[in-house]
Amino acid sequence: MSIQKKDKKELNKTSLKIPKKVDNFVKIKINDKEIASAPDETIFVAAMKNDIYIPGLCGHPDFCAKANCRICVVEIKGRKALATACSTKVEKGMEIRTDSDQVRKARNTNIELVFAEHIERCPTCIWRVNCKLLDLADRYKIEIAHFRDRKANRKNYKFANSVEIDGTQCIDCRNCLDACNSMQKINYLELRGKGADQEVVPTSNKDIDCIYCGQCAVHCPVGSAQEQAHWGLVEKALTDKRKITVAMLAPSIRVSIGEEFGLGTKVMTGQIVAALKQLGFDYVFDVNFGADITTMVEAGELLERVKKNQEEKEKLQKSKNKIPNSKSQIPNSVLPMITSCCPAWVKYVEFYHPELIPNLTTARSPQIHCGGAVKTYWADLKKINPKNITTVSVMPCTAKKFESNRKELKIDGMWPVDYVITVRELAWMIKKNKINFGKLKNQTVDNPLDEHSGSALIYGTSGGVMESALRSAEYLACKNKKKCDFKVDFKEVRGLAGVKETVVEINKVKIRVAVVNCIGNIDQIIENLHNYDYIEVMACPGGCIGGGGQAYPTTPEIRKKRMEALYKTDKNLPMRSAFENKEVLKVLSWFKKDPKLEHEVLHTSYINRKNLNALDKLNIKIM
Amino acid sequence: MEIMARIKKFGLVGRGGGCYPVASKWDSVKKAAGEKKYVVCNGSEGEPGVEKDNYILANYSDKLIEGIRLALDYLRENGRVEVFGYIYLNDEFYKKYSKSLNEKIASLNLPISLFCKPHIGGYIGGEETSLLNAIEGRRIEPRLRPPYPNTFGLWGHPTIINNVETFYNVSLVNEEKFENKRFYTIRGDSLWTGVFDLPDSMSIEQVLKQTKNYPDFPFFVQVGGEGSGVVLNSDQLNMPASGCASITIYSVQKHQPIELLKKWVDFFSSESCGQCVPCREGTYRLKEIFYSGKINWTLVSELLSNLSDASLCGLGCAVPIPIASFIKNVAPLYGDQSLSLPEENRKMICECFG
Repeated sequence: MSIQKKDKKELNKTSLKIPKKVDNFVKIKINDKEIASAPDETIFVAAMKNDIYIPGLCGHPDFCAKANCRICVVEIKGRKALATACSTKVEKGMEIRTDSDQVRKARNTNIELVFAEHIERCPTCIWRVNCKLLDLADRYKIEIAHFRDRKANRKNYKFANSVEIDGTQCIDCRNCLDACNSMQKINYLELRGKGADQEVVPTSNKDIDCIYCGQCAVHCPVGSAQEQAHWGLVEKALTDKRKITVAMLAPSIRVSIGEEFGLGTKVMTGQIVAALKQLGFDYVFDVNFGADITTMVEAGELLERVKKNQEEKEKLQKSKNKIPNSKSQIPNSVLPMITSCCPAWVKYVEFYHPELIPNLTTARSPQIHCGGAVKTYWADLKKINPKNITTVSVMPCTAKKFESNRKELKIDGMWPVDYVITVRELAWMIKKNKINFGKLKNQTVDNPLDEHSGSALIYGTSGGVMESALRSAEYLACKNKKKCDFKVDFKEVRGLAGVKETVVEINKVKIRVAVVNCIGNIDQIIENLHNYDYIEVMACPGGCIGGGGQAYPTTPEIRKKRMEALYKTDKNLPMRSAFENKEVLKVLSWFKKDPKLEHEVLHTSYINRKNLNALDKLNIKIM
Repeated sequence: MEIMARIKKFGLVGRGGGCYPVASKWDSVKKAAGEKKYVVCNGSEGEPGVEKDNYILANYSDKLIEGIRLALDYLRENGRVEVFGYIYLNDEFYKKYSKSLNEKIASLNLPISLFCKPHIGGYIGGEETSLLNAIEGRRIEPRLRPPYPNTFGLWGHPTIINNVETFYNVSLVNEEKFENKRFYTIRGDSLWTGVFDLPDSMSIEQVLKQTKNYPDFPFFVQVGGEGSGVVLNSDQLNMPASGCASITIYSVQKHQPIELLKKWVDFFSSESCGQCVPCREGTYRLKEIFYSGKINWTLVSELLSNLSDASLCGLGCAVPIPIASFIKNVAPLYGDQSLSLPEENRKMICECFG
């Protein structure tokens, strides 16, 4: 009674927010509160907009409602059975209750049943701090041991060293299937069996392989699909007195890590550096530095390819009798050139389209460039034996774990990056060590690798790598630098659309570019490759800001906020383009002294993984 | 007179158990926008104890095909709409009847294909949206509704789905030979079991007496299938048998309550598609409890009411029907000790049967 009275009082105080268009809303009641809702809205959304909490586990704004957890059930007047708020649309005059006896009973029973599917590993579970299940149990005072755990014997499927699906924790919500099949269109995960025996398993189809993007992990509500944790190894390295530990933070994590601490989406580089130092890292660098190296290498390669490609075309025209043979092209004249900083995309090419390997830029990715520079240039500068350096990069990505262990990346027998941890793993380490993240005083990254441009920052979002390369390519192509007019903003390649295209002019040559945002959109570009000269592909929606190792939750709304934060910071930086980064130019010219080392640190090669057996297909170090 | 007028005249309702008027269903599909429409005949009877599909396929397949043809013609609108038919059969029926059905369809030159439900489809594969998923090659389990098949059915096209007995009756309606009869399968502890064609208006008792199956020993019945059917005691047989499709006779002496409960819950837990929590987990836990030797009736009542309140599809909602109706109508015959069921829990369980 008291709750109802309170609701009515509030109702009188606050005037209803009714949309101006009279015929464009539906009047409903939730728990006696009158609500004007948009006609196509679900009960769940209408309630949320009016601050009425309805719990749920299986829903995610990236996917269609599946309504299988049945925890969001509500009572609708006149209907005998309960309805799921996530899938039921509002109708005129609906009277809904989210707190009736019938609702409470069903909801609590379902939470209890779900709990018994999930074997709690709370003490070492990095999801514990924002575990939806524990939240629900606490909120509704659920007896979590009502039923005996039934999945003790389920398997744990590990995908390379990146992602795992632990069947003992799976609650059968099927979000991982939606992520892998509908969103990424990889179809690696399958549901095998029926009823209580059903199980998410990797496919047995040999023509399909995991790309390690981790979208299953970032969409799993209970941490059954998750990164293979390496924070334990990092903790060990941190206590090893013989080692000099170096942390490197990725562009996109600075805007998202605050979410893990309830601080919202904002740039928090200073606090991250402080936290890493407090965790015991001797030095902290920014992968942004590596990104500026990548931009310089990649922009240079683009210009070279375009030039060579044109020369070849001219040669061909001169000798008209010769039949053009595409196989005779040497790799560095192949167009379109395609980015390779996304390791999930690289794995995709190597397995599904090895014929595109010559199209991939030979430039290594930012984390590998950064780690490479630390273990060569910086070690030399500091007179440190690079073998004593342990590099740890903090990434928004699970596939970066796979990338870091690719054997062909070794420099003089050393791994450029020793360990990769995700945003979630770092947040967990911070929380575990009881560091008050929000109260940390800003610290700056260590010099001399501390400069970076705005174009490095936007590597974190779809279109960013393309824009960075374009910003610098024009400069590099221009012979008389003083007379050149450089464009900085390429807004056509920004945003969260699935495919973005435009034509830019560099040194009077028209370059047709395309940006693929989310691997699920790749087909239309692969079918039309000949229409482009330069293509960026990011496997995750939104690019790294929506990566599989990102802060939880990651939704379309949150991805947008992270993207905006990155572009806003880029805009306000004094240095926008990689070629302005004097420190990077210095490092690059240092490498020029030793062409073998230069090649080892800056460039890479790829493997055709299509017809390899399982072990060779991996070709990485397994920890 | 055209077919729709005849269907309306006789007031034909679907023979699937829901008794949905055939005229409304066909009409809504005709009115739904679309240049391609489907007619699906559901011949995948998965309910144990019901054998009428088999009976009609064996004896009246001409009439069945004629019923489907009438539906196709009704939707065709002089060729403006492309129409296709499917006869969806379970693997057993497919093996038995596909050859003769295909020959008949070919001789009439009708756009009808047969579809064999994979064995794994099981009971849930007969549910109408699961059936659509099966034909489309998806995982065989119910879809969320809305949208309903009449506007968004097979591959998103408006689709009429009726069962074998309904199409058979459509052809009778068309010939003006319709007498509102039903096929009843009678099984169980009796001698004269089989499939009988009897008037819709008869009571269960009359059906049993007419077929000489009314037992002279203490008994109870389950009507509407041996899975999800309602359990009634011998004093409750005056209600019309209409639409119940099957009557299974159980001798009180022969059957022990706990064994029956185990049988029902075994059936549902093995047939659950696994989509929603109340059914996947609920049937698993019910099975666990019934086999544990010591039944926690509070949990049972919670799980049963959750199944009827919160399941995603009809299968989940049906689980409490046999169990609760047995406890309500028949368990007292066995005496209070038989299930050692506390009165408070008994009340709760009976409530979820409505």
